[in-house]
Amino acid sequence: MQESASLWVGLGRAIKQAVLAATGAPWVAELVHTLAGVVGILSIILLSALVLVYLERKVCAWMQMRLGPNRLGPYGIFQTIADIIKLMTKEDIQPAQVSPVMWGLAPVLLFMAAMTTYAVIPFDAGVIFADLNIGIFFFVAVGSQATLPMLMAGWASNNKYAMVGGMRTVAQMISYEIPLVFSLLGVVMITGSMKMSDIVKAQEGLWFIVTQPIAFVVYLIASVAETNRTPFDLVEAESELVAGPFTEYSGMRWAYFFLAEYAFMVGASCIAATLFLGGWNGPFLPGWIWFFIKVAAMIFLFMWFRWTFPRIRVDQLMSFGWKVLLPLSIVNVVVTGIGLWLFFPLV
Amino acid sequence: MLEQYGAIAILAGVAFIFPFIPLIASAMIHIRRPTHEKLLAYECGIDTIGRSWVQFKSSYFLYALAFVLFDVETAFLYPWAVVFRSMNAPAFLAMFVFMAILLLGLWYAWKKGALEWK
Repeated sequence: MQESASLWVGLGRAIKQAVLAATGAPWVAELVHTLAGVVGILSIILLSALVLVYLERKVCAWMQMRLGPNRLGPYGIFQTIADIIKLMTKEDIQPAQVSPVMWGLAPVLLFMAAMTTYAVIPFDAGVIFADLNIGIFFFVAVGSQATLPMLMAGWASNNKYAMVGGMRTVAQMISYEIPLVFSLLGVVMITGSMKMSDIVKAQEGLWFIVTQPIAFVVYLIASVAETNRTPFDLVEAESELVAGPFTEYSGMRWAYFFLAEYAFMVGASCIAATLFLGGWNGPFLPGWIWFFIKVAAMIFLFMWFRWTFPRIRVDQLMSFGWKVLLPLSIVNVVVTGIGLWLFFPLV
Repeated sequence: MLEQYGAIAILAGVAFIFPFIPLIASAMIHIRRPTHEKLLAYECGIDTIGRSWVQFKSSYFLYALAFVLFDVETAFLYPWAVVFRSMNAPAFLAMFVFMAILLLGLWYAWKKGALEWK
C-alpha cells in the first residue's frame, strides 16, 4: 500500500517541485499544487458523469432485457458525446415569466455545492484535497446546501409544477438529512475523529460495515433520498410534475442539474466507501484502485435501486423518514455510545 | 489549517466560475428563435390560470421546524462523539439527557400529528 500510494502523491509533489524550481517562490508552487487538485476533482466529476450517463442507460437496458444505446460506435459508447453535442447546440429557452437572476444562478450553485463536497473525499492515502479535522461534518454541511438551489429553481421558474417540485425537494431533503447525519455519527464515535484519513486508518483491520450495519443501511437509504433518485424521485416525478424544479430549463442549464445529480451520487458513493467499506484499504492492488472498485460497486447498487423499485408516495416518504429511519438511527447512536463507553473507554 | 480552508475557497471559486464556460460556449453556438408561445410557462399546452407564487400549506413548515430542532442537535452531537470515550460518567450521561429531551419533543410532535402528511 505504501509504495503504490506514491503514484498520485508523487505526481503532486513533482508538480510542486517543478514549479518551485521554475519560479523560486514557494507560494506559487503551493497555488499551482492546489490548482492541480482542483483540476483533478473537476476531471473526476466530468469523466464520471460522461461514463455514468452511458452506463446508467446500459444497466437499465440489461435489467429490462433491452439492448440500450448501440448505434454510435461499438456498443454505443459514443452516445454521451452525441448527448453533449445535442445539449450544447440546443436552444436555451428563458421563459418570459421567470425571475432571471435566481433562475440562472440555480444550476450553477447546485454544481458548485456538488463539486465543493469533493474537497474531503480521500481517494488514496494522502490523496485528499483538504484533510480537514472536521472532514465528515464538512461533507454533510456542504452537501446539504443542495436544497437551496433546488428551491431557487422551483421558485424562480414561476411555474406551478416547478413550485410544487421545489417545495417537495426541500421537504424530502431536510427529512432525510437527519437520519443521514445520525448514521454517520456512529462511525465518528468509534473512530473518535471526524478526519477522513483517521476514519480510513481505523478500518485497516475491520470495515465499519461489520460493526455498524444498521448505520450503513440507514445511510444508503438516506443518501438515495438526498440525491433524489428513484425510489425517492418525487422531486421530478414525471407522471405528475413534468420534471419538478427543472421544468423550465433546457439545453446546457438543464445539463447542469443532471451533472450535479451524478456528482452528488458519486460523492455519496465515495463517502459510503470511505466510512463503511474501508476506503482505500485492501490487499495487493494500489489503494486508489480499491477505492475505485468500492465506489463502482456502490454506484451499481444505486442504479440497481433505481431500476428495481417503484416510486413511493409522498406521505409514505415522509413517514418512513421521520418514523422509521430517524428513531432507528438514534437508537444506533445510543447503542453504539453505551457499548463503546462500557467496553472500550479511553480513560 | 488556514491553508486548507484557503484551498477550499479556491475550489469553491473554480466550482462557481467553471459552469459559465460551457454556458457561454453554448450561448455562442445554439440557435435562438423565441416566439410568444415558446416563452410561456410550460403547463402541458394549457394556458396558466392564476399566480404561481402562492402561499403554501403548513405541513412543510412543521417539517422545517422539526428539522431545525434536530439539525442543531447534530451540531452538538458531533463534537461529543469525538471525545465521549474519555469523558467521566456525568458528562457522558448529560448528552443522553439532552437527547431524551429532544426525543420527548419528537414524540410530542408525532402525537400531535405534525409528522403526518396532510
